Amino acid sequence: MSAYIAKRLLAAIPVLFGLTIIVFLIMAMIPGDPATAILGSYATPENVERLTRQLGLDKPLWQQYFIWLGNMLQGDFGRSYTLNRPVIDEVLERFSATLILAGTSLLLCSVFGLIAGVVSAVRQYSWVDKTVTFVVLVGISVPSFWLGLLLILVFAVNLKWFPASGMYAIYGGGDLPDLLKHLFLPAITLAVVATGVIARLTRTAMLEVLRQDFIRTARAKGVTENKVIYKHAFKAALVTVIPVIGIQAGFVLGGAVYIETVFQWPGIGSMLVKAISTRDLLLVQGGVLVVAAAYVLFNLAADVVQTILDPRLR
Amino acid sequence: MSDAPLLSIEKAERVFGGGRTLFGQPKPAVHAVQDVTLEVHKGETLGVVGESGCGKSTLARMIVGLDAPTGGRIVFDGRDLVAEAGHDLRRLSREVQYVFQDPVASLNPRKTIRTILEAPLIHLLKLGKADRERRLIELMDAVNLAPEFLERYPHEFSGGQAQRIGIARALAADPKLIVLDEPVSALDVSVQAQVLNILDDLKARFGLTYVFISHDLSVVESVSDRVAVMYFGRVVEVGEGRTVFREPRHPYTHLLLKSAPAPGRRSLIAEDANTELPDPYNPPPGCAFYARCPRHTDQCNAQMPPLEDIGAEEGHRAACFHPHEGR
Amino acid sequence: MAEATSTAIKPVKRASSGRPNTLALLLNNTLATAGLVVFGLIVLIALAAPLLPLPDPDVTAPANRLFRPLTEGHLLGTDALGRDILSRLIWGTRVSLLVGISATLIAAFFGSLIGLVAGYAGGRVDTLLMRGIDMVMAFPYILLALAIVAVLGPGLLNALYAIAVVNIPFFARNIRGIALGLSRREFVDAARLSGKSNAQILFIEVLPNVLPVIIITMSTTIGWMILETAGLSFLGLGAQPPQADLGSMLGDGRKILFTAPHVSIIPGLMIFALVMSINLLGDGVRDVLDPRLKSGALTRPVARTAVTRENAPQDMTPVAGAILDVRGLKTEFRFGGQVYKAVGGVDMAVRRGECLGIVGESGSGKSVSAMSIMGLVPTPPGSITGGVALLKGEDLFAASDERIRQLRGSAVSHVFQDPLSTLHPLFTVGDQLVEAIQAHDPVSKTQAREKAIDLLTMVRIPNPAERLKSYPHELSGGMRQRVCIAMALAHDAQIIIADEPTTALDVTVQAQVLSLMNTLRKEHDAGILFITHDFGVVSAICDRVAVMYAGQFVETGTTEEILSAPAHPYTAKLIDCVPVLGQPDRRLDAIEGRPPVVNNLPVGCAFAARCPRAQEDCRAAPIPLTEFGEGRTVRCIHPLTGETTDV
Repeated sequence: MSAYIAKRLLAAIPVLFGLTIIVFLIMAMIPGDPATAILGSYATPENVERLTRQLGLDKPLWQQYFIWLGNMLQGDFGRSYTLNRPVIDEVLERFSATLILAGTSLLLCSVFGLIAGVVSAVRQYSWVDKTVTFVVLVGISVPSFWLGLLLILVFAVNLKWFPASGMYAIYGGGDLPDLLKHLFLPAITLAVVATGVIARLTRTAMLEVLRQDFIRTARAKGVTENKVIYKHAFKAALVTVIPVIGIQAGFVLGGAVYIETVFQWPGIGSMLVKAISTRDLLLVQGGVLVVAAAYVLFNLAADVVQTILDPRLR
Repeated sequence: MSDAPLLSIEKAERVFGGGRTLFGQPKPAVHAVQDVTLEVHKGETLGVVGESGCGKSTLARMIVGLDAPTGGRIVFDGRDLVAEAGHDLRRLSREVQYVFQDPVASLNPRKTIRTILEAPLIHLLKLGKADRERRLIELMDAVNLAPEFLERYPHEFSGGQAQRIGIARALAADPKLIVLDEPVSALDVSVQAQVLNILDDLKARFGLTYVFISHDLSVVESVSDRVAVMYFGRVVEVGEGRTVFREPRHPYTHLLLKSAPAPGRRSLIAEDANTELPDPYNPPPGCAFYARCPRHTDQCNAQMPPLEDIGAEEGHRAACFHPHEGR
Repeated sequence: MAEATSTAIKPVKRASSGRPNTLALLLNNTLATAGLVVFGLIVLIALAAPLLPLPDPDVTAPANRLFRPLTEGHLLGTDALGRDILSRLIWGTRVSLLVGISATLIAAFFGSLIGLVAGYAGGRVDTLLMRGIDMVMAFPYILLALAIVAVLGPGLLNALYAIAVVNIPFFARNIRGIALGLSRREFVDAARLSGKSNAQILFIEVLPNVLPVIIITMSTTIGWMILETAGLSFLGLGAQPPQADLGSMLGDGRKILFTAPHVSIIPGLMIFALVMSINLLGDGVRDVLDPRLKSGALTRPVARTAVTRENAPQDMTPVAGAILDVRGLKTEFRFGGQVYKAVGGVDMAVRRGECLGIVGESGSGKSVSAMSIMGLVPTPPGSITGGVALLKGEDLFAASDERIRQLRGSAVSHVFQDPLSTLHPLFTVGDQLVEAIQAHDPVSKTQAREKAIDLLTMVRIPNPAERLKSYPHELSGGMRQRVCIAMALAHDAQIIIADEPTTALDVTVQAQVLSLMNTLRKEHDAGILFITHDFGVVSAICDRVAVMYAGQFVETGTTEEILSAPAHPYTAKLIDCVPVLGQPDRRLDAIEGRPPVVNNLPVGCAFAARCPRAQEDCRAAPIPLTEFGEGRTVRCIHPLTGETTDV
C-alpha cells in the first residue's frame, strides 16, 4: 500500500511539471512585450529592461522556461507591482482563507451529496426521490454568484442572521465562532452545485450497483436488506463516486472565485479577479499555480482512497 | 489433398507486453502463442481446440492479419502472410476471411445488413452496382436468409440469423480460407446445428478451407478433418481428428476428453485435482501441464517436450515425454 | 424456414418502427417538455429581439435611473444608468445564448475529434493525447479559464474561447472512453477485413455509434457553459460595456444590491430559468438516448419478488417425501405495457439428496422458475402471479420478508452462473464467507473464521487459511465457484438452487466442479435444483430432468429415460441437434425457426410452429401435461413413443 502511495506521488511530479508548462505557455501568449505587461503601463524603461534580462526574455522559449522554472523552484514568484510585495507571500496568505472556505464546502457537499443520492436511490420514484431529484436540478442550474446575492439579501440584509461579507468581524472578531458565522453563507453557496453533482452521481451509481449479481448473492445468503444496501451496495457505489468528489474539489476551488468576490472573502479567488482587472500577471500566475498544485494533490488523495477501497486497482 | 499446404504456420510466436519502460526496467511479458507450427491443406477443416487462455484466438487473429506474430512465419499460398498483411491487408482479405464469436457484436448496430455486406464487395472486389446487387442475392441465398432482410438492422435478428449474416460477409469476397473463431458458442443449442449445417454445406459448395476454433470438443470433432489441441500457448497434440479423439496420446488431450460432458455419461474426474494454469508471467521451464499431469517425471519439469511424430498414423504428433500408449 | 422467421420477426420490426419517435418519447416526459417549452420561448424571444418594440438597450437616461419594475414604459424598471432592463435582458439573453452555444459547439468539435482519434488509435497516440488532456484537467476548471482571460485580456470573445478550451477535456474524455470500447468491438475488426481504411472505419463505422454520446454530453454541458460565461462576465472579464450579457448585467447590479435589488435579481432569474430549462431538456434527451435508461436497467430491484397471485391454491399438502414442492408457478415481467409470461405454470418437487435438472434454451424461463422460489427475480419488472412454493409444507410466497431472509442461505441456498460477478469484488473471500455464516448463526468472528476454513477445506481449496485473505479477482474461475459452493453449504442447506453453475467454466474445471457438487449433495443429503442448457451436464449430475420450453415443462422423467427415449418432439430434437463426443458422423438435426416470444404465446402447443409432427389439434387448445408411464409426464398429444403414437 505505502509502495503504491509512493508510486502515485512520483507519478504526480510529471503532472506538476505539465502544469508549469501550461502556465508558462499561457503567459507566453501575452500579446506585446511581456515585461511591460508584467510591470504595468507605468513601468520605467530601466525596470522593463531589467526584468527582460532577469526573465531571459531575449533567449529562446525553452531556455526562458527553465529560467522561469528555476525561479519558481526557489520560491521566487516575482513581485506584485500593484501590492508591491513578493507574490508568494500574498498568495500563501490568501490561500489559507480559500482552503477554509473550499474545504468546508467540500465536506458539506460530500456529506449531503452522498446522503441525498443514497436516499433517493433507495426510495426510487417515491416523493423523497422526486424532491431530491428536483432540488438537485435546481442546484446545478442556479448561478452560484446570484444565489450568493440572494442569500445575502435574505439572511444578512433582511434577517440579519449572518454577516454579509468578510471573514472576521472588523471589531472584536477573530475567534472561531466569528469565523463560522462568516463562513456559513459562502460555504453553503459554494457547496450547492457540487452537492447536486455528487447526489446525482451517487443515485445513478447506487441504482447500477443494486442491479449487480453480487447484490443478488448477498440477498441469497440471507443478509439483511439494510446490510445489502448500506454495506454491499454503498461500498461499491463509493468507488465510482470518490473520483468525482476529487473532480468536485476542482469546481469548488474554481467556484471560490465567484463566491469570494460576492462575499468579499479574502481568499485567492477574489485576489485573482482583482489581479486580472489590474493586469498584475505575476500575481495571477502565482495564484493559479498554487491552486492547481493543491488540486493535483487533492486528486491524488482521492485516488489513494479509491485504491484502498478497491483491491482490483492495486 | 495436394502436397503444398494452403496455409503453413512455422514457429509462430506472439508476445504481449514486454519491452522496457522509460527507465529501462523490463516490462512483464506474456507468451500468448509460442512455437506453433501447423499446416492447413486445401479443402480440409483444421479444428483448433483448447480452454480459455490457451492462445487459440490469438492464433486465429494472426492468420487473418488482424494481429502480427512477434516471431516465426505464416505462409499463405506461398506468400509471406505477415508481410502482406502489414502493407496491404485488402489483398489478404480477399483470400482469407474471419467469422467472429459474438454474431451481434460483429455487426455494426447502425448499419443495415445491405451496407454491411456491400463493404467487402466495394472495398475488396471493387464491384459495380449491378454486380453487387447480384452478389448480395447470392450471398443471402447461400446462408438461407430472405433477400428482404437486407434492409434491416442487426438488432432485428436473432443470434443464429446474425451469425449467418456474419458468414455471408466472410463469404462475400469469395475467399479460399475462412477462420471460424468459436462461431457457435454464443448460440443456443438448437441454433448451433443450423449454423454448423450451413457451414458444412458452404464448404462443399465453394470448395472452402476452414480453420475452426472452439473450446467445445464435440463440435470440433464433428466438423474437423484434423485437430490441433492447444494448451498454454502451444500445440500439445495434432493429428487426424478421428485418431486424436479415439487415441489421445497427450495426457492433456486425455483429460479434456474425459472431462467433456456427454449425454448418458457420469463424470469420472476427481473433484480435487489441480486445475490451475501456470502463472503466465512466470512460466515453468518445462511442460506447462507438468503440475496437473498424472504421468509427469522430473524430466518434464526440466525440459520442454518437443512436438514429435508419434504412433503409426502419419501426421499424429504430440509434445510429451511420456505419452499414453497407442492402441 | 424464412416464413417462420419472418413471422417471428414482425413484432420486433413493429417496435423498431418507433425508433424515429425520439421526439414522442421526449414529449412523454413532462419535465423535459416543460424544459423544451421554456427554452423554446426564450430562444424565440431572443431571436425576435430586433423585431420587438424595445427601447435601445444601451441608451442611458440619467433622469430615469433605478425605476422599480412595473413602472410605466419600463416593465422591469431601469438600471443605474436609466437603461430599460427588459430590453437589456432580451438583448443580453441573445448574447448569452449565442456565446454558450458557440462555446459548446467549439468544445464538442475539438473534444470529440481528440477523443475519437485517441480512442480509436490507442497506443502512443492515445497516451500522448490523453496526457495532454490530463494536464488541462489538472487545473481547477474555472481557474484555467481565468488564466486564459487574464492573458488575452477581458472581453466576450476571449471569454468564449476560454470556456470552450476548458470544456474540451470533458468531451475528449467521454468520447474517448466510448470510442475505445467501440474500437475493440468485433464489428471494427470485421470492417477492417471488409477492406475499409482506418479513416473510413473511424468516421463511417465508429462515429455514428458515438454520436448519441456527443449529443448527450452537449445537452448536459451547454447549460453549464452558459453559467460559466455569465460568471466571467459577472466578474467583469467577459462582456465589456456598453455591450451586455446576462452575467455583466448581474455584475453591474451587484454594486447596488442593497438599494435596488431588482437590477441584479432579474438577470439572475433569467440565467436560472434558461439553464434550468436546458438542463431539464438535456436530462430528457439523455433519458431518450441512453439505452440503459430505456431498458429499465436503472430501476432498483427490491429485496424480494413481488407476489401478486389472486388466491393461493387450496390443496397445500406437499408431495410425499418432497422438501421443495412447487405447483402452478407463474412469473411475469412487465415492460412498457407488454406482459411477458416467463413462467406459465410450473410444477416441480425435489426430494432430499435428489438432483432435479431443468433443461431449456435461453428465454425458456428455466432460470426465472428457479429464482422465483426464494423471491430473487428482480421486481420491478418481475412478479409472481400464481402458484405456490412449499418448503416442507410452508408456503414461501405467503411468508414474511423476514422469514424469507432467514431461509435464504440456510435452508435454501443458491449457486449462480458467473462466479466473478456473483462475488462482491471489494470484500475478501473470508469476509464474504464469514458474513454468510453470521447471517444465520450468532457466532463470534473467530468462530466464523474457523468455520470458513472448514468450508473451504470441504470444497477442496488448498491453503484455506491463506485463501480467506484473497479477493475474488485473485482466484481462478474454478476456485471462485468452489467458494460460492462453500458459501451455499455454510448452513445445513436442504435445497441448493444452482443456476448454470458450470457454464462459465472450462471443461476440465466444469467436470471437477460437477463431481464436487455430486459428492457434497450425497454427504449433506441436500436436494439440488440444477438449471442447465446442456444434456451432457445433466447426465453428469441429475437424477431427474424437466425439459422447459416457452415457460412450461414439456417433459419430465428420469435422466436415463428421457435421454434414451424422449417422448416430446422438442426433447428429441434438442438431444439430436447437439454433436456428441465420440460420434463424429452423427447428422445434426437442426430445429428450424425460433421459440415464440412469451408476450405473444399461441393458444395451443408453443412448439407446434417448429414441430414436424404438429397437427391441427395441436394448435387448437392448450395441451395439458399428462402422465406418461411411471414418474414421467409429457405435454404432447402426439408423443414419439407409447400408445398414442399411432397417428
